[in-house]
Amino acid sequence: MRKNQAGMIKISPHTGPALANATLQANLKNTVGKVLHVHQLAVSEVANWQELRCHAEQVKAHTLARLHFYLQELEKQIKGQGGKVVWADNAQDALDFVVELAHQREIRRLVKSKSMLSEEIGLNEALERERIETVETDLGEFIVQLAGEPPFHITAPALHKSRREIAQLFSQKLGMEPSEDVQQITATARTLLREHFLAARLGITGANFAVAETGTIVVVENEGNARLCLSVPETHVVLVGIEKVIPRMADLAVFLKLLTRSATGQRITSYVNLINAGRREREADGPHEFYVVLVDNGRSRLLVDPVMRQTLHCIRCGACLNVCPVYQKIGGHAYQSAYPGPIGAILTPQLTSIESAPEHPFASSLCGACAEVCPVRIPIPHILLRLRAQAQRAKNGKAARVPAEKWAFQLWAWSMSSPTRYSRMEALLRFLQKLFGRDQGLRLPFPPFSQWLRRRELPALAPQSFRQIYRNRKVML
Amino acid sequence: MKVSLFVTCLVDQFFPSVGTSAIRVLEKFGVHVDFDPRQTCCGQPASNSGYSDEARQVGAHYLEVFQDSEYVVVPSGSCCTMVRRYLPELFTEESPEARKARELAARTFELSEFLISVLKVSDTGARFPEIVTYHDSCHLLRELGIYEPPRRLIRSVRDIDFREMANSTRCCGFGGTFSVKFEDVSVALAEDKVRAIQDCGARFVVATDVSCLMHLDGLMRRNHIPVKTIHLAELLAKF
Ligand code: SF4
Repeated sequence: MRKNQAGMIKISPHTGPALANATLQANLKNTVGKVLHVHQLAVSEVANWQELRCHAEQVKAHTLARLHFYLQELEKQIKGQGGKVVWADNAQDALDFVVELAHQREIRRLVKSKSMLSEEIGLNEALERERIETVETDLGEFIVQLAGEPPFHITAPALHKSRREIAQLFSQKLGMEPSEDVQQITATARTLLREHFLAARLGITGANFAVAETGTIVVVENEGNARLCLSVPETHVVLVGIEKVIPRMADLAVFLKLLTRSATGQRITSYVNLINAGRREREADGPHEFYVVLVDNGRSRLLVDPVMRQTLHCIRCGACLNVCPVYQKIGGHAYQSAYPGPIGAILTPQLTSIESAPEHPFASSLCGACAEVCPVRIPIPHILLRLRAQAQRAKNGKAARVPAEKWAFQLWAWSMSSPTRYSRMEALLRFLQKLFGRDQGLRLPFPPFSQWLRRRELPALAPQSFRQIYRNRKVML
Repeated sequence: MKVSLFVTCLVDQFFPSVGTSAIRVLEKFGVHVDFDPRQTCCGQPASNSGYSDEARQVGAHYLEVFQDSEYVVVPSGSCCTMVRRYLPELFTEESPEARKARELAARTFELSEFLISVLKVSDTGARFPEIVTYHDSCHLLRELGIYEPPRRLIRSVRDIDFREMANSTRCCGFGGTFSVKFEDVSVALAEDKVRAIQDCGARFVVATDVSCLMHLDGLMRRNHIPVKTIHLAELLAKF
């Protein structure tokens, strides 16, 4: 979460620059368009897609209602197989554990595969402060790390970068021969990463799912980098959000189908890693030590309310980002959080507080495209509305005087809840229009009118309202 | 058949011809249309902005006005969504208001939906010799699931040249207070929409919601783009 000096996570300062950035706009249009296309094809292949979504939703609802039970089950299974389980209440607990482990093992450099949770808790920064170098091994993450930027998208961290920009970055930072050849770009990254993999003694991965029944950690990927992170180093740490647990192996089939098709439009990803603890006797590879860090970091607070709880259904497929008209325009960085787009708009204020991310629930036109596409049927617009109400209560409860907007809505509600007052308002508005707009609409010199009028015309109030016309029906029909 | 028309506050104050057109169309098919002048607004602006107390106050008034209606017809997908999906939620679940709101929700229809599903009318006898495209308003499409009814009605208009624009289902960027809170994003989305409208060669864009139309019209007028907006009710009343 990227807070400003006032400790707030703000979107509005970042929309203008994003909209004005022509390269960004072109890249967004280009890549998102392609992703949407393959997604649609992949989904249309599955005849019972809607049934699968409902099934997944039910499994998630069931699990979250008994989260405590399933987490304990998961812990028991992992421990029984020789793995270790660490409970982290908050980001600091998780960071402390990783930092200490690295110090104990005298590790100065580690390899890591993609994990949104690690972004959420600020792992790389924490390790950097301790002079421990993190090598991001997912190509997209590798690129944004090289550029010194946060990820732009949940599943495609470097979605905003064109091939040309990546080539330039590689030749600047890695001394690659200038070339826009994809083969050469990937080969450069591969050669470099291979050395890191072979030398690394600690590997960190995230997890897409954690199966309670069997204690299995599931990591879905396309590049084989996660597989190397979790098999080559002698120690493997998995960072898992507590909401990632699913009850049975049988459920995984449904979730995998939903996840890969929603995320990248693939029937299945190139690699699906199912890991049970570390290396066992007579096994030739795998880590000697295996740690699963179960991170809460605000999640259990969401369990209280059954509507808000659905936020935790999320399987981080990123589909809601791709279909979101707002994300398509402002991109991922504007959200100033590990989680951009619609899911970020509901998750960020809930994981932090509504006071620190008060704009997030409002950065949406409530078009509902996210809820329509979400593979686990999270009613995002509905949750946005709840958060908007929370945001207003938080803001207006604290203010010494009634803020202008609240006052305006109170006045509005007062006039709208009585026909007499409504009629008076109707007359007053027409008077104001004459005064300020000469019948060109309500050209009032303050918000919201002034904001609307910056680049749009306002409609004029009709000379006679519908109700006035209706009163003289004979004339009308 | 008796129908109460809820014209919506925007239509009442800014676009009264949408209301008169809706009456013309409904009456043509033998419906007795009633307009209760006590009606004001459904409460959506407050509900969407997080002012639930204010929304409840207005919602309660709405309920009082319409509670005895046999059918309520609304020429707006968005206000219809408010009444059907969100009005009941403004009140505590077991309260009499919530029960009344749920019952009222079941009797509330958007205009095109009412024509097609209840009246079984897909041709109003209108004639409009123009190139026309249709913009899906988000709430009608995704909250109420209505895609085909407005299209069927438009296609049956005589002499019309109906063309689908690219991404007709993508949001126009209005979004209530979003249109001023994130004015830059809102306008950027409208620009995309207007481009799609122009690209398909349409001279008129039809929608079921005056809110989307006033947003698009506002941008097109400012930029002197010669495309006009027309509400579905107005189009269907051209007989
Ligand atoms: S909210 Fe739904 S669509 Fe968005 S990332 Fe999560 S699972 Fe995917």
